[in-house]
Amino acid sequence: MIYREVGQFKTSYATDQAIFPIRQDRWLMLVMLAAAYVVIPAVGSEYWLLTIMIPFLVYALAALGLNLLTGYAGQVSLGTGGFMAVGAFATYKLTTAFPGLNIVLIFILAGMITACAGLLFGFPSLRIKGFYLAVATLAAQFFLIWMFNKFPWFYNYSASGVISAPPRAIFGQFYVTGAEADPRTKYLFVLTVVLVLALAAKGLVRGRAGRAWMAIRDMDIAAEIIGIRPLRTKLLAFALSSFYCGIAGAMWAFIYTSAVEASAFEIDRSFQILFMIIIGGLGSILGCFLGAGFIVLLPIFLENAPRLAGFEFPVNLVTNLQSMIFGALIVFFLIIEPNGLARLWAIGKEKLRLWPFPY
Amino acid sequence: MRLVKALLAATAVAIPVFGLLGGTALAQSEQFIPRLVYRTGPYAPNGIPFADGYADYLDMVDAREGGVGGIKITYEECETGYNNDKGVECYERLKNKGPTGASLVDPLSTGITYALIERATADKIPVVSMGYGRADASDGAVFPYVFTLPATYWAQADAMIKYVGDQMGSPEKLKGKKIGLVYIDIAYGKEPIATLEKLSQKYGYTFLKYPVSAPGIEQSATWLQVRQQRPDWLFMWGWGVMNSTAIKGAASVGYPMDHFIGVWWSGSEPDVVPAGDAANGYKSGTFHGAGQDYGAVKDILKFVYDKNSGHTTREKVGEVLYNRGIINAIYDLEAIRTAQGKFGKKPLKGEEVQWGYEHLDITPQRITELGADGLMVPVQLSCANHEGNGKVRIQQWDGKHWRFVSDWIQPDRAMLTDMYKESALAYAKEKGITPRDCAKDM
Repeated sequence: MIYREVGQFKTSYATDQAIFPIRQDRWLMLVMLAAAYVVIPAVGSEYWLLTIMIPFLVYALAALGLNLLTGYAGQVSLGTGGFMAVGAFATYKLTTAFPGLNIVLIFILAGMITACAGLLFGFPSLRIKGFYLAVATLAAQFFLIWMFNKFPWFYNYSASGVISAPPRAIFGQFYVTGAEADPRTKYLFVLTVVLVLALAAKGLVRGRAGRAWMAIRDMDIAAEIIGIRPLRTKLLAFALSSFYCGIAGAMWAFIYTSAVEASAFEIDRSFQILFMIIIGGLGSILGCFLGAGFIVLLPIFLENAPRLAGFEFPVNLVTNLQSMIFGALIVFFLIIEPNGLARLWAIGKEKLRLWPFPY
Repeated sequence: MRLVKALLAATAVAIPVFGLLGGTALAQSEQFIPRLVYRTGPYAPNGIPFADGYADYLDMVDAREGGVGGIKITYEECETGYNNDKGVECYERLKNKGPTGASLVDPLSTGITYALIERATADKIPVVSMGYGRADASDGAVFPYVFTLPATYWAQADAMIKYVGDQMGSPEKLKGKKIGLVYIDIAYGKEPIATLEKLSQKYGYTFLKYPVSAPGIEQSATWLQVRQQRPDWLFMWGWGVMNSTAIKGAASVGYPMDHFIGVWWSGSEPDVVPAGDAANGYKSGTFHGAGQDYGAVKDILKFVYDKNSGHTTREKVGEVLYNRGIINAIYDLEAIRTAQGKFGKKPLKGEEVQWGYEHLDITPQRITELGADGLMVPVQLSCANHEGNGKVRIQQWDGKHWRFVSDWIQPDRAMLTDMYKESALAYAKEKGITPRDCAKDM
């Protein structure tokens, strides 16, 4: 009914292999894009844009990065926070050393620096697998945070180890970092970066690289036999994943909070992002967004819900209740659909396409 | 299918409810104060008494005299968990509440202060960083909206060195001694390092650093190092569960407690009581008195607790951090009162309260009127000086109470002002800020 596909014929390979082969999906996507680009900046308050939408998008980007590595290439990583820190500190060092350089270029450079760090810590993945690899990436997490705390050069010898974002603009006058920047500009900038990178990720996983990753994930020996080089494939996954995480970290530090210390990227952050992809769906681009939405938006909603419903609870009670409900919901969703929210959506879509004729 | 329907229904309910966020109206003659608190998490033992003291004082003032200058003070708490991004979320959520928006914000966290400095400056809301970071924000020319009264960590570090010098007879005796710093490895803990390093050059002591990673429960390596290196004096910048853990750690390596001095955030009942008798003799800095024996505290008991109201139990009133919450509330309300003197008795905007803070002058006479003799020290702020030259005292835990063991110590203001200025100018340069000319600004 909703997905009435009658009359949609695919007459070329291009239409058959489109990202959204069903017309209704394309429309839905366009509507969502329009909402994201027009409606949200127009009606969203500063609070909504700065403290809900921007962290949601930044988390989604970090989840994308981790999903490329863990969901597609099958390499479990607990170093996401550390790689985000590399991105944040690289951006800070670059932009304070070269104040004239465009912030977009700096983000890309910072992403590349993070990719190099990812490569370095990706080398052990050739020898160790599964939980053991997770422990090796845990070392990356602790080492990187320790490094950014230990050497004052990274934070330009400031007394407290906090890096804060100087005001930087794109196209000359649109400030995207610093407190004077318009929240709408910040939001649109983050949105564009995330969408471009999400599209790139979608392209990657549909192409040769993604197929190679999935082959390695599903059975590395078989993949090697059919001619996929494990070294190159795994390292590519580590580098690209870190690139994404680096940019996410840079945006976290520069656009979202505008002042961070290394402890903002502690192990908790890595776990949070890992939970996002587990709940959202391993090996799914959509899942990154769903997972980020679940982990970022739900706690805020739960915290505000009692007051909106007219109850005045003490804050500590609300916070504790929130943790409990949130935990219960995670368990609930993992029981009804262990493959994540993205799978839930996929099942729903299958049913909607057949509706009203269920099997 | 049923599940999909249920989910759709849930979303349909959730969206309009969610959309109402941030729209509660308050009466027109109220002054709103957002309260960033932490009553959960590893820092809760210290966050709770502070939040209770602050809230009880506001309730008392509203009950006793109907608010400040006839304007009722309202507040709303938001739980940050001492977490920087939650702090930003709370700030953004609360900053536009009340008829005039937030009058000011007390982050009660160095990290949150750092995250709010620029936002609040852009929103024209004063950030009151009472006795925490960032220290160089005392330079009001570069940081017009940040107030660090009554003293910063740099001032505290200097006062501690002065105290240690006095204890040994004269500052010259510091030469060749070893002074260690046990600190939590986040922005807050790192603040005093630069000052202690600078002073080590001046006095010739060796400065040893013992970082503890947050939240500070794992310290065994730290105390092993302390046992090996045996610093003559040991300072601590800790918070929450780290403090009591450190005191137990010091006791376990047999470190003499009376040579172990905490910052003012490491010297309250929740820090020493869990350590038991091991904590006896432990010292800490402070900038106010503890106990119930002050007019202002008695008024809280009379106007709040006698009416079976209040945020905590009667016995907890007067704890160190509880009283510090009162001090913070007094500063905030006095700044609002000062601003009312210029702008009239009406709900004030953050910008106007900022004026009030810059012209805040709490004289000994005013302290008597407030019923806070011995509870707090006089401060006087100005456009250039956002710290107000507060003094620091050392207190000692005797197993039951915190007792003063030194007189009020005035830190080396000339040296500190230069340090603030140097650091603030570096910040201004990095950010492209032109400092205000405080000679012109009146």
